[in-house]
Amino acid sequence: MSGFLAVLVVVLIFIVIFQIAKASEYVSILKGEKKARQQSNRINGFLLIAFLVLGLIGVYYCNDLLKGKILGESASDQGEGVDKLIYVTLLITGVVFVITQILLFYFAFKYQEKEGREAFYFPHSNKLEVIWTVIPAIALTILVAFGLKHWFQLTSDAPADAVIVEITGKQFNWLIRYPGKDGQLGRRSFQLIDPAASNELGVDWNDPLSKDDFQATEVHLVVGKPVKFVIGSRDVIHDVGLPQFRLKMDAVPGIPTTLWFTPKFTTKQMKEKTGNPDFTYEISCDQMCGSGHYSMRGVIVVETQEEYNAWVAKQPTQYSLAHPAAAPAEAPKADSAQKTVAANTK
Amino acid sequence: MSNEATLHSQQEVMHGAAAHGHHDHGHHHESFISKYVFSLDHKMIAKQFLITGIVWAIIGAFFSVLFRLQLGYPDATFPWLESILGHWAKGGRITPEAYYALVTMHGTILVFFVLTAGLSGTFSNLLIPLQVGARDMASPFMNCLSYWFFFLASLVMMASLFVQTGPASGGWTMYPPLSALGDASIGSKMGVDLWLTSMALFVVSQLLGGLNYISTILNMRAKGMSMTKMPLTIWSFFFTAVLGVLSFPVLLSGFILLLMDRHAGTSFYLSDIFIAGKALANEGGSAILYQHLFWFLGHPEVYIIILPAMGMVSEVLAVSSRKPIFGYLAMVGSLFAICILAFLVWAHHMFVTGLNPFLGAFFVLLTLLIAVPSAIKVFNWLTTIWKGNIHFTPASLFSIGFVSTFISGGLTGIWLGNSSIDIHLHDTYFVIAHFHIVMGVSAFFGMFAGIYHWFPKMYGRFMNNTLGYIHFWITLVGAYCIFWPMHYEGMAGMPRRYFDYSTWTSFNQFSGLNQFISFVVIIVFAVQLLFVFNFFYSIFKGRKMTTQNPWKATTLEWTTPIHGIHGNWPGEIPEVHRWAYDYSKDGRDFIPQTEPLGPNESGH
Repeated sequence: MSGFLAVLVVVLIFIVIFQIAKASEYVSILKGEKKARQQSNRINGFLLIAFLVLGLIGVYYCNDLLKGKILGESASDQGEGVDKLIYVTLLITGVVFVITQILLFYFAFKYQEKEGREAFYFPHSNKLEVIWTVIPAIALTILVAFGLKHWFQLTSDAPADAVIVEITGKQFNWLIRYPGKDGQLGRRSFQLIDPAASNELGVDWNDPLSKDDFQATEVHLVVGKPVKFVIGSRDVIHDVGLPQFRLKMDAVPGIPTTLWFTPKFTTKQMKEKTGNPDFTYEISCDQMCGSGHYSMRGVIVVETQEEYNAWVAKQPTQYSLAHPAAAPAEAPKADSAQKTVAANTK
Repeated sequence: MSNEATLHSQQEVMHGAAAHGHHDHGHHHESFISKYVFSLDHKMIAKQFLITGIVWAIIGAFFSVLFRLQLGYPDATFPWLESILGHWAKGGRITPEAYYALVTMHGTILVFFVLTAGLSGTFSNLLIPLQVGARDMASPFMNCLSYWFFFLASLVMMASLFVQTGPASGGWTMYPPLSALGDASIGSKMGVDLWLTSMALFVVSQLLGGLNYISTILNMRAKGMSMTKMPLTIWSFFFTAVLGVLSFPVLLSGFILLLMDRHAGTSFYLSDIFIAGKALANEGGSAILYQHLFWFLGHPEVYIIILPAMGMVSEVLAVSSRKPIFGYLAMVGSLFAICILAFLVWAHHMFVTGLNPFLGAFFVLLTLLIAVPSAIKVFNWLTTIWKGNIHFTPASLFSIGFVSTFISGGLTGIWLGNSSIDIHLHDTYFVIAHFHIVMGVSAFFGMFAGIYHWFPKMYGRFMNNTLGYIHFWITLVGAYCIFWPMHYEGMAGMPRRYFDYSTWTSFNQFSGLNQFISFVVIIVFAVQLLFVFNFFYSIFKGRKMTTQNPWKATTLEWTTPIHGIHGNWPGEIPEVHRWAYDYSKDGRDFIPQTEPLGPNESGH
């Protein structure tokens, strides 16, 4: 019933607007076309300048309202460069935006049709046109230079001491694998995938490198230590989106991609910095991947080396989970692995 | 034989088949079918494109209202949704599957069916023969086919909305493997097959139309109408058609490979896939290959959308400010530059696919290069209205709005074209804000400018001005209210195409803003319905046009009779002596293109 009433109200408003519009057309015929034209021109001229003024105030107000809701400082070293480039670009495009919008609406207002005014026949001016070809070209050269410099840094090879973490997308969650103490990931193939046998990633257990690999539900990273993500997908294209770190990279089936960065703040520090006790580094899937796309959330925990070591020590190898029968034999091995890690930290 | 007659017969030869037998038009009887359905008259075909486009625009925009309801009011239920969408909106809340189907269809419909077919289809058809001085298109029959292929494509796409598994729902870009595997998404079952079929028909329609536009412009200009005397509208339609003819076939090839991956067991795009509990046999394909083929059209496509709007806005701004367009040759040159660069920037949509970063660098450079011709155009429009004498018709207001939104949306392109910024903003709301402002709102403003301006030429009546003003002001303010704040959501990294943000700690701070945006969307949508009403009402009841040239324009279309006839000019085709922009020259308000140069006057 309320829906019906709403429709009725909308239709009534339509009819009222339409009747006013129709009446105004009759009025303009009565008043004379010239007078009506002058009047509507004045009104629209005024509205144009009002739109300019209110619009610029609106832009300022919108910024005031929302600037606290966007991300604060970048949480990775690499993201700082992205932010710097954004500021430079914002400065250049912002100035151009304000000047051109002011000129557009001010000219429209100032040169509205007036009795007795004659338009100025001004078909071209080579000088002006050269000026506004050259200036944008220079500004853009600057932006390209800044941008590419940073682009090559972002896409450079990861440092040799970077921790490797493998992130594999599937509908609709992320599978995370660490290489274990040998620092190398075991070979895997999509044909070996067998969720029933605890092998979601299709790891080849014959590869000795795979024995100490472990899988986790969250990505754990050490603050200040570079990390290299090896990104892949099991089914469709996903994308590892890291808003706080200002990075993202597609996860493409069959074509591994990589991404490296250095986290600057631990999760705990970010909670304090943002004043948000619920703060979490999240991995968002940024490439449409099906009906659960919006729920494909991963969590990254950035912590100190000690916390990280303690966490690593608690992770059972995937091999031991996939081979429960062999588990007793594996147990001491896993144990010794923990000890080595513990020893390393001392 | 007099000189006059010789000239005339030469002209007849020039216009060949199109002009054949047109001297006795009006005598022969036209049936309803040949006049309104399978018409060969470019003016009628233009109206067919326009009205089909309007119907699609209503559907596409309504879809956006539906998914904005979900985004703005994620916890609310709307029982009426269940009555129109059935189990796709059980309990009055749309399902994720329905949400993605709506998003996908919204994109497909507006990009292809409205802003490509509805915009350049309408105005290329209407204006090319009228403004270059031809009796009709080079091939009226191909022109008719072009519309009917579009109509068939529309039917197939419409049918896909009603199949049991729903329409395609992998996003309008239809990336495989999601779109290739029925197991990956319910929309990738029957829906994608229908989508691909419809798009293939659509490509055929575009090619038939585009070849026709090009050959008409190159071969059928009136006597004296050299290329540099053509109005900018024609130049923009010309480059639009060139872009379409060169890039749509590549898209079609991408679609055919996708179709084969779906049904013929090939592996063009598929490799290393484990889905629905089993590993697929496909190996060696590249999902990225599709993206190259898609964006090789996809990027020129955005210029296919915006160039006609640019052309029409140039024309309307010159006419309504009573000034020549500033820097005509620079305007043509920048259209040409945009047209060339359009083919060289496609991979800027793919910076984060793992594309070779060295290759990416070239695409950054070429992408930002496009800002130069775009800047030239903006400054030339500004100079065109400078010291003018502007009459604010709804058409000229929409043109001013076009320039404003083109600036706003164009500038954010400089952000996204730079790969180091794109790596943060890619696939966020920033992208949505950018392309909706620059190719959604702007292109629509250009289209509205064109409709208000040339409506009298189409129907011999005017649209209601007051409704036009209301339409303009609410749409302009509304469009900025909708899309401006989205930049901030994008800066926060908020991903696009999410059904619900409430479970995310990084993106759930915008629920109030999302509600505001959805509220404005509903108002703006209602105002578009007001425009649609104005359009159809004015066809039958609008104020009648009493003079042949109501806007006091110089171009040829205003030398034809008020009620268009098949063949356009009752007598011979007028001869052209000057460019299209002699406004306020030598103390005269305007000088039509048909008037010979004075003895002391220099041509442009």
